[in-house]
Amino acid sequence: MANLKQLAAKPEPFSSGHRACAGCGAPIVARMVLLAAENPVVCGCATGCLEVTSSLFPYTSWRTPFIHSAFENAAATISGVEAAYRSLKRQGKLPVDKEIKFIAFGGDGGTYDIGFQSLSGAMERGHNMLYVCYDNEAYMNTNIQRSSATPKGAHTTTSPAGRVIPGKQQFRKDLTAIMAAHNIPYAAQASISHWNDLVTKVQKALAVNGPSFINVLQPCRLGWDFPPEETVEIAREAVDCCFWPLYEVVDGEWRLTYKPREKKSVIDWMKKQGRFKHLFRPGNEAILAEIQANVDREWEKLLKKCGETAEK
Amino acid sequence: MAIVEKAAYTGNEAMAEAMRQINPDVVAAYPITPATESVQLFSNFVADGQVNTEFVTVESEHSAMSACSGASAAGARVMTGTSSQGLILMAEMLYIAAGLRCPIILAEVNRALSAPINIHCDHSDTMAVRDAGWIQIFSENAQEAYDNLIQAVRIAEHPEVLLPAMVTTDGFIISHGMEAVELLTDEEVKSFIGQYRATRPLLDVDHPITVGGLDFTDFYFEHRRQIAQAVENARRVIPEIGQEFGRRFGRFYGFIDPYKLDDAELVMVALGSTAGTARATVDGLRTEGIKAGLLKIRVFRPFPAAEIAEALGRAKAVAVMDRSDGLAGCGGPLFAEVRSALYGGKNTPPVVDYIYGLGGRDINVNDLRRVFIDLARLAAGEPVGQLVTYLGVRE
Ligand SMILES: Cc1ncc(C[n+]2csc(CCOP(=O)(O)OP(=O)(O)O)c2C)c(N)n1
Repeated sequence: MANLKQLAAKPEPFSSGHRACAGCGAPIVARMVLLAAENPVVCGCATGCLEVTSSLFPYTSWRTPFIHSAFENAAATISGVEAAYRSLKRQGKLPVDKEIKFIAFGGDGGTYDIGFQSLSGAMERGHNMLYVCYDNEAYMNTNIQRSSATPKGAHTTTSPAGRVIPGKQQFRKDLTAIMAAHNIPYAAQASISHWNDLVTKVQKALAVNGPSFINVLQPCRLGWDFPPEETVEIAREAVDCCFWPLYEVVDGEWRLTYKPREKKSVIDWMKKQGRFKHLFRPGNEAILAEIQANVDREWEKLLKKCGETAEK
Repeated sequence: MAIVEKAAYTGNEAMAEAMRQINPDVVAAYPITPATESVQLFSNFVADGQVNTEFVTVESEHSAMSACSGASAAGARVMTGTSSQGLILMAEMLYIAAGLRCPIILAEVNRALSAPINIHCDHSDTMAVRDAGWIQIFSENAQEAYDNLIQAVRIAEHPEVLLPAMVTTDGFIISHGMEAVELLTDEEVKSFIGQYRATRPLLDVDHPITVGGLDFTDFYFEHRRQIAQAVENARRVIPEIGQEFGRRFGRFYGFIDPYKLDDAELVMVALGSTAGTARATVDGLRTEGIKAGLLKIRVFRPFPAAEIAEALGRAKAVAVMDRSDGLAGCGGPLFAEVRSALYGGKNTPPVVDYIYGLGGRDINVNDLRRVFIDLARLAAGEPVGQLVTYLGVRE
């Protein structure tokens, strides 16, 4: 369990002054993850909103060593940094007492899609690194194109709500489960709304010996279309309606880390976001019902994996 | 100059031996024919504890070059090897490795590009990435491949260069051909290359830096200009290191390697293993009293334009041998650059291009004799009919 007072007393690891939109959740992810780290860290980041807004030369928000190289290779790049660390340390070219941790960040496009192979490879090789996906459910940096993390029905610029096709046609990829299936020591799903849960997960992830993965829900006020002051609230409601459950998989054991007191309606959550507004026009009721049914089914499956029952 | 006995090595084995002696901190590599073998041999060195290297068995060449860049930025001495599809799959990362000023060393085995798929030698792969900001050194044989790889470490890591470097051999012809090679001792290699000390490594957590930030209109151009300057600096560094290598070990290296050019009228320009065949052809023609010569180009990047112009200063006709077709519709890449190097100089002989050997098509002394016979006609004043000839192809 993290302690807010202690976190607040730490030096700021991710400085303000970056170029992210007002209400952007991505810097919240970076800041919380870095605050959670107890050792010195070296970070990498895939091309995307977080990288372009935080490292505009000659400025940087990163008070840790940081590397960006391309879009699809944050995992491979950090795996190389970690390999260098292991090699130099083993050869006595680095102080043996200093333990450094390695964290790669990537958006959902850079993680679920184009960077998927690189991520899978790095996890399989067993590098001592944490990969954090800040999942805003579309390619936001290039103006809101659909990714395989975009939820069904959402309007994006490449899955537009048109006269014939009402937004994205497919359900999202369950990446957290896929990463858990890599049998890595730690995989988890978190949200910017539950800071203590997130910070605790990062600390657990960094404590394991081997690769770890955390998928963090990061509402995008621009792409999801809601007022900027509601970012954290939108994230919280995603958790409460079980669209984005909070759980962890530790050495293959699934565990729910938060169970909503009352499971809310996913449709009510969708209503607050412009990206779904076309679904509330008459004629789309069946799609809404299908989305709710899918969330219900996935939640039941997750409860079973976690050894929980639906009732409180 | 305690040189050990000559022994028989294939090009890949010689490259692997050089890698073992260089003993890089990190190697990240992915298998592809004909480069695989040196990576396999290197894996054995790792498995047997003969090197201190952390070997990263990546899932693609793109990740190989990504991991190499990360490791290099972290402060490690880094190597990899590849060919063909692997090299062009890396293409995005080759540019980035140079842009991030990572002095990575790549043992490249020249192989044709798909489609159609083919595993044999031509230079299409290396030529396809010629403008990535890498130093490119071609080798004529296994000995040169070995020597070049060792020198490449010094060139790339030179503080005024800090650019990645690839050393190429010709697929199968060199990579799998067995030759007598003189290896240096492990100690000699170690003392020649020295220790690598990165100036601003990521692993210096007490002095955090941001690598690979976003540059817009206000800085990008300056940073690219610095890379151009590094390439310019490499012009000075490459021959310096080639000379130092020669003084210490007896084999001297420069940008180019002229053969019987002092009085040559008919000159062939070639890269890689074909230089050996061309030298034999020149020798044959010389016995017949024909003033033939060869200009072998060792370093393709930076391109030694001034050295080439100087070396071709007395030629009456020049044939450029391109083992790749840029598909530009006006000749191969070597032709374009050699011809341009002569422009504005004192001597501007007719220069023609021969595209040959694609996909490993064999080239022999008779083929090259034919080229010299063409040159003799041009030197005698016959106008250039055909600028670009496909040599040894059924048409
Ligand atoms: C190989 C390659 N393809 C495409 C791009 C263009 N591109 C840059 S960022 C980006 C989208 C990033 O989306 P995501 O990973 O979801 O992160 P976000 O911007 O949403 O934070 C794209 C398509 C690129 N830089 N490189």
